[in-house]
Amino acid sequence: MNFAVLQFPASNCDQDAVHALRDVLGHSARYLWHKETSLGDADAVIAPGGFSYGDYLRCGAIARFSPVMQAVQQFAADGGLVLGICNGFQVLCEAGLLSGALIRNRSLQFRCEHVYLKTLTTDSPFTNRIPEGKLLKIPIAHGEGCYFADDETLNKLKANNQILWQYCNANGEVTEQANPNGSLWNIAGICNERRNVAGLMPHPERACEAILGSADGRLIFESLIHALKSKTMPKAA
Amino acid sequence: MKAKIIITPKKAVVDPQGKAVQNALEHMGYSGINAVHVGKYLEIELNGADRETARKRLDEACHKFLSNPVIEDYKLEIE
Repeated sequence: MNFAVLQFPASNCDQDAVHALRDVLGHSARYLWHKETSLGDADAVIAPGGFSYGDYLRCGAIARFSPVMQAVQQFAADGGLVLGICNGFQVLCEAGLLSGALIRNRSLQFRCEHVYLKTLTTDSPFTNRIPEGKLLKIPIAHGEGCYFADDETLNKLKANNQILWQYCNANGEVTEQANPNGSLWNIAGICNERRNVAGLMPHPERACEAILGSADGRLIFESLIHALKSKTMPKAA
Repeated sequence: MKAKIIITPKKAVVDPQGKAVQNALEHMGYSGINAVHVGKYLEIELNGADRETARKRLDEACHKFLSNPVIEDYKLEIE
């Protein structure tokens, strides 16, 4: 598969994403600079973590208007798979590709630690290879990861099974204590209604090898690869 | 001509920054504070002369880019 990993000024998890996809999972992955207007022959797009445009104005607010994002909007509208990680999640929310927003952590602390994630549905291209009941141990590293949406949006996310991951403890219980940033409903990641665009604050690309403390992140990328292989997904123009 | 834009968090959005500032003020002995909301202030210098056109265009920019309507409200003044 051909992955395009977006690069904005001050993206800093782009290399981790390419390493995970290329060196660990054995697929083709290339960087795509924010000034590019075409995704080339990409099968899927990863919007990586970092501090795009210095997080100026709001996290993701400036990146969302970059030329490459116009191509990503079109790709998503055509049904292409897009995964936003951390700052990438913030960019996708700002772009309106995902609902809600990520705001300052309730504790005001930058949180950098491993968390546990409960997967709420395997019915998505991002979760289909995650075994039932398997908790994912994946690191977070963010200061603005508190998921916020109004009640109507939250209810819609729930009704459509768009909440993919929730923060939980080591026993799989979704508790206030296991919530690292104050996210509503402990939401760690969601997808859009069409289920081809997803975002999450934790970093699966930093958890793809046992030497890093967990290889659970692989399951998310393997889900994506499985979805791409099993269906004819639209290629980027 | 100058535009002044004040962006504040929506009432329904938890504002931990505002809460931290409020706590600090209380620790310093400033009493009688119900709530603090921390937002952003932007000044935009304009070289056109038509206030109404400027207002219309900046209102659109506020909605599209300068504020995020999911979490923020804004006030726009042109002087």
